[in-house]
Amino acid sequence: MAEPAEVRDPTEEVMDIQMGPSHPATHGTIKFNLKLDGEEVLECDTEVGYLHRGFEKMIEQGTWTQAIPYTDRLNYVSPLINNVGFAIAVERLCEVEVPPRCQYIRVIMSEVSRITDHLTCLGMGASEIGALTVGFLMNEARELLWDIVEAVTGARVTVSYTRIGGVTRDIPPDFYSRIGNAIDHLHALLDDCDKLVTRNRIFVDRMADVGILSREDAVSYGLTGPLLRATGIAFDVRKAAPYSGYENFDFDIPVGEKGDNYDRFLVRFNEIGESLRIIEQALANLPDGPVRIDDARFVLPDKHEVYNTIEGLMNHFKLIMEGAKVPAGEVYQPVEGANGELGFYVVSDGSGRPYRCRVRPPCFLGMASLHEMLRGHMVADIIPTFGMINMIGGECDR
Amino acid sequence: MSLSDLLEKVSAVAGKLKVETSEIHNEACIVVEREGALGFFRKLRNEPDLDFDMLIDVTAVDYLGREPRFEVVYQFLSLEKNHRLRVKIGVPESDVRVHTLSEIWKSANWLEREAYDMFGVHFDGHPDLRRILMYEEFEGYPLRKDYPVDKRQPLTEERDPVVHDWKF
Repeated sequence: MAEPAEVRDPTEEVMDIQMGPSHPATHGTIKFNLKLDGEEVLECDTEVGYLHRGFEKMIEQGTWTQAIPYTDRLNYVSPLINNVGFAIAVERLCEVEVPPRCQYIRVIMSEVSRITDHLTCLGMGASEIGALTVGFLMNEARELLWDIVEAVTGARVTVSYTRIGGVTRDIPPDFYSRIGNAIDHLHALLDDCDKLVTRNRIFVDRMADVGILSREDAVSYGLTGPLLRATGIAFDVRKAAPYSGYENFDFDIPVGEKGDNYDRFLVRFNEIGESLRIIEQALANLPDGPVRIDDARFVLPDKHEVYNTIEGLMNHFKLIMEGAKVPAGEVYQPVEGANGELGFYVVSDGSGRPYRCRVRPPCFLGMASLHEMLRGHMVADIIPTFGMINMIGGECDR
Repeated sequence: MSLSDLLEKVSAVAGKLKVETSEIHNEACIVVEREGALGFFRKLRNEPDLDFDMLIDVTAVDYLGREPRFEVVYQFLSLEKNHRLRVKIGVPESDVRVHTLSEIWKSANWLEREAYDMFGVHFDGHPDLRRILMYEEFEGYPLRKDYPVDKRQPLTEERDPVVHDWKF
């Protein structure tokens, strides 16, 4: 038997480990190429793109309205925010403004979506580091909201709720009692979660001072949303550039101090409360009126008109076959997604089809900064840090 | 600061590089020349009146049949001043390259990798210009208008389930 040429000291050795792309602890298909010194992460090369489906290419193939179902599949735990962002971008190109009732409904549904997104992030994040009960409680809370989403849109995840110039349908008649019950139940569940984790010694030890990214780095990396606010910068698109009537609502922007995982957790947790405040205000002041604009250039006519008048039939045919003619131009519309600034840069050449639709994914930039957050921490810290970025494959890889 | 004031300041900073400005749809937009644009970007970051501390997005648009064919599009945001700016650079098909901004804004690293991956825009001086969403072996640039949408590039040979019966 041949002797090994030299005996290497294992404590001196830098280990290359590939974690993923299909790892049971990462919810999302992602690969980390790690350089480890024992348990310590020296370097991390993050590989994304495993869920790339050519979203931006697909959008160029259909009409503007046909793009809306694709936007559901971006961040699929808060699909309504994507719908709203895309619709507003196109409406700005068309220079139309939706009725106040539609704006309020969009705000309500966006905030419901924001809560489901945060609950997913926090529940998964907590259960991955052992607080399994919190995961179950938050899943239960999320289920309450998805029932509401289903009652309003007809689907739980693939909602396709907005249209250019409005939303598909008005809220159901029993909406108030449904959402009232859900919010009451949600408050109770969140109180339980708060008691279970936010001052829990084990939880705080795992989260605090881990994954710190300085304020300067967060800005330079283009982080927005909870990741930026955790470093203490109170930037929120809903306040900085209000859309869909957000300037009419009274809410605060929760911020952290250090920019570690614990701050990110708290920012998201407190944002749920702020979203509930917005929903309550919107429900109290919901205006009456139509939920779509009355503009035959962009909005399908009523079925009654389609079946009984030639004008309605032709209008329907033109809108379906050729698509709404969006005036040529370009618009960048940012909205506050659950993970940060979700931007739609849409370019129209005046035909019925999008010329280019670029989505600015917030969690993509979070992943770009992950190696800085992880440097010097333990292997076990990868999972909570990754969890608090809340990478959603559909949005990051598109 | 109103949009026209902002564009005036940006134009002054751009100087001879400026091609045109616009404020359509209430958005400030400037088109600049490619050569020497790096200095302009540095001023956008460092000029106290402008203070664009965040590079929000980098992407490209393929105007096939137009000259220059590509446009590289940057979206900037100033957190402090709360204003936004879009900068566009026309890039001809014969020489699809611009200078990287990754030494000024760290977000440029991945965003430029994506623009490279999707459009084949080469970013001079980029520290790590690799494909990011597509796989290394992928040929061509999928978001270019002349890339066929139904083209397939499987990494392993595909099996035809009709010709080859599925047996396990």
